[in-house]
Amino acid sequence: MHELSIALQILRSAEDAALRAGTPRVLAVHLQLGRLAGVVRESLDFAWDVATEGTPLAGAALHIEDVEARGRCAQCGREVELPDWRSLRCPECATLVVELTAGRELAIRAIEVATEPG
Amino acid sequence: MCGDDVRGAGGVRILGPATAGRGVLLGAHDHGGAAGDHAGHVHERGVIELEQRVLAKNDRLAERVRGVLLGKGILGLNLVSSPGSGKTSLLERTLRELDLRAAVLVGDLATDHDARRLQTTGAQAVQITTGNVCHLDAHMVLHGLERLDLGGLDVLFLENVGNLVCPASFDLGEDHRVVLTSVTEGEDKPTKYPTIFLGAELVLVTKTDLCEVLEVDTARIHAAVAEVAPAARVLDVSSRSGDGLAAWYEFVRAAAAAKRARSL
Repeated sequence: MHELSIALQILRSAEDAALRAGTPRVLAVHLQLGRLAGVVRESLDFAWDVATEGTPLAGAALHIEDVEARGRCAQCGREVELPDWRSLRCPECATLVVELTAGRELAIRAIEVATEPG
Repeated sequence: MCGDDVRGAGGVRILGPATAGRGVLLGAHDHGGAAGDHAGHVHERGVIELEQRVLAKNDRLAERVRGVLLGKGILGLNLVSSPGSGKTSLLERTLRELDLRAAVLVGDLATDHDARRLQTTGAQAVQITTGNVCHLDAHMVLHGLERLDLGGLDVLFLENVGNLVCPASFDLGEDHRVVLTSVTEGEDKPTKYPTIFLGAELVLVTKTDLCEVLEVDTARIHAAVAEVAPAARVLDVSSRSGDGLAAWYEFVRAAAAAKRARSL
């Protein structure tokens, strides 16, 4: 439900970055999205099209890179992947993982812009 | 989304040009076609590395809220839950019974019903109507703070918009997130909405006076919380009977004392 406000934030950040770099044309945005970020990929895709419509970013692609949840196990100290993120249980020793090390990302990694050939 | 992976807004640098859709940074996969030829001349693709959190602006404003609260030694608690799980009822009773000076910023899509209910306790309560926005954000809280007299306050409760999904993404500058889940919502709520429970300092299982009639065993709710938020404390409370409220008040008192100590 809040994906539209997320999409609008991405739009503004991408626009700003492109302008600072001296080019208004954004071709693509690369986003990192953790499984535990609380943002639904499909909704964000849809919201992106809505948010960018009628802006200079209309038609710009949104590439979403999923980041799996990972955490450090309190018992065995290993950093483990948590494929079933509804349970933060270490797949190795079944202890509950206390410290999450990845999976909450919601970050713009990069944007691609059109540049005039030098 | 409030982890420790904070990246600075980052300077802009163009790493390109990278033609034919191959970003130099992200060259491992195809980005869908060539850079394009329009208006009679060919553009090339440049990649600008940003490494910027999407909610960086909210996070900056949340830091400002945090600074205000720290400067005044006020504990900030962000109360989140589904609609109707008893946030306002809990606060009504808490404001009457807790021996600390507290105020509330309460968010709803519309109406000031909750603020008016809370004002009957004699405490300051300011309504934030969010329109169609499904969560409070730090910007709204910052403006809410301007409408409160913060002098002498011990605790600020941020009663979030009833929603178990969206508020999880927005740092409000609080010290702790408190999640309420009522026994009427089913025992597996934490399993179904893990993101909001993750990062909670305290989970309150509310309406426990209804356990018997609903045949709910709160131990199963505790177990479900432990799976998704192993570090969270869990307390059973009933705002109607008063059961368990002493432990909740003790949590608030201890957290408020810790905050005062930090601000000195």
